[in-house]
Amino acid sequence: MVNLGVNIHKLNLKNPVLTASGTFGYGEEFDDFIDVNALGGIIVKATTSKHREGNPYPRMAETPMGMLNAVGLQNKGIGYFVENIYPKLLKYNNCIIANVSDSTVEGYVEVAEKMNRLDHISAIELNISCPNVKEGGMAFGTSCPSATAVTRAVREVYDKTLIVKLSPNVTNIVEIALAVESAGADAVSLINTLLGMAIDAEKRKPVLSTITGGLSGPAIKPVALRMVWQVAKAVKIPVIGIGGITTASDAIEFLLAGASAIQVGTANFVDPQATVKIIAGIEDYLQRHRISDVKQLIGGLTI
Amino acid sequence: MKKYILNFKILTNQALNYNHNLLELECNEPLPVMVPGQFAEVRVDGSVNTYLRRPFSIHRVNPERNSIHLLIKSVGEGSLTLANLKAKATVNIMLPLGNGFPIEENGDVLLVGGGCGVAPLWFLADQLKKKGNEISMLIGGRSAKDILLADNYAEFGKVYISTEDGSQGEPGMVTVHSILKQDKLPFTAIYCCGPDGMMKAVSHIAEKQGIPCLVSLENTMACGIGACLCCVVDTKQGNRCVCTDGPVFSSLELKGWSAETEVGCSLDK
Repeated sequence: MVNLGVNIHKLNLKNPVLTASGTFGYGEEFDDFIDVNALGGIIVKATTSKHREGNPYPRMAETPMGMLNAVGLQNKGIGYFVENIYPKLLKYNNCIIANVSDSTVEGYVEVAEKMNRLDHISAIELNISCPNVKEGGMAFGTSCPSATAVTRAVREVYDKTLIVKLSPNVTNIVEIALAVESAGADAVSLINTLLGMAIDAEKRKPVLSTITGGLSGPAIKPVALRMVWQVAKAVKIPVIGIGGITTASDAIEFLLAGASAIQVGTANFVDPQATVKIIAGIEDYLQRHRISDVKQLIGGLTI
Repeated sequence: MKKYILNFKILTNQALNYNHNLLELECNEPLPVMVPGQFAEVRVDGSVNTYLRRPFSIHRVNPERNSIHLLIKSVGEGSLTLANLKAKATVNIMLPLGNGFPIEENGDVLLVGGGCGVAPLWFLADQLKKKGNEISMLIGGRSAKDILLADNYAEFGKVYISTEDGSQGEPGMVTVHSILKQDKLPFTAIYCCGPDGMMKAVSHIAEKQGIPCLVSLENTMACGIGACLCCVVDTKQGNRCVCTDGPVFSSLELKGWSAETEVGCSLDK
């Protein structure tokens, strides 16, 4: 008998496996393939203050062992979420985490305030990779002052577990992590997508309508692993690892690097059952290594 | 309809022309229930460049052989790999996906396929015929070698052909074929699959005569199940996922497809 339970601040996850926002819809899309309740938790698609149609098609490009996306945070806004989506999430008995995104601090605060009142939402994950329209479109998460400002503003209105999702498109992700920790984040999750581009040589045009987009999938794992390791050494709050996790071994590598939990994203597209296979694989690893509790793996890297 | 992830085994691989293959694949488990217009997301193993699954229309379902047929056009590494698979090779497939064509008794119906757009139309013709409809089929292509599977459609009804170079059937695009140039088209519904420009042009003809026109779209996609929002098409109700709200849409639902808004159609996407 092994114990797979992990804690992220006040969250008690039955296992370390979560799904990454934007890759798992609102859960029910995967009902034919897995029992969503078997997961440690799910992080639903980003919610913004206003309805967003997102970017024009084409929004994706396949890349070696990965993909680029430029979806553009398409969602119907917080009002619609509260009325129409939230009631459907009540059937899940695991951790339901809402990803919160916006283009202004006021927008983030509005969404966080409304999410605060929803009992079945255990935590929010603040997506600070969004462009800040008031700072010329520079992402909130690319500077300490703006990352701090948005975290602090949301902290004022949000009482439950506040996870801040970090952008890797920075010179020093550790300083951003420390900044949001000081500003009141209860945990950090990293990495969001890496900025990339694809070109169609025959048509001589960019593949994405937005020219650049976010790279995800196994190709980014080494970068993500490195950043998780660096951040976990620097902060005291829990770290959630994201980036190309496909197998149980990948997940365990992130735990060893210092993550207390992980998110599975792009892997869900290739295998909608990836998450439950990872949970089973972690259990198998613990049994093989005669480790009774998965928490013993967290930061367990021997150097 | 419930979706499954299943292993299939190649039974036959028939080369139709220089860049199209028809694969028959037998399922290792009982075949799920599926309807015309739905598609399969096929995993292509063996290359880092074919990381994501590839979508292909379900061309035909054979319950006695527990098999499906997929029409593969070789356009890149993934499709080329599938086109070169030999008998007994295993293929992992997620299906059935998408909304499918509604199968109703309409009377006289016209199916229009351009190039590899004929892919979903065999299964559709089969089910529509069983529902009591009279089937007419119009197949278009650049030249005779691009007209696919015309003989296979003959069992359902009359087959008309258009080739741009006139090497088979009537010369020109499908929209100038005599069957579509009639003042009063004798059809109660038109079903169409092929390049966007072709589908738009056919839908205009249908719209002008008040005939419902259902089209099957193809957008690049990742998850195939409505979770990632990559494959959207702009409709009158906003963005909709081709993989879940489609691939079949009424032409009137699609933004910019109506005859009143279109100034001219290009045959390229």
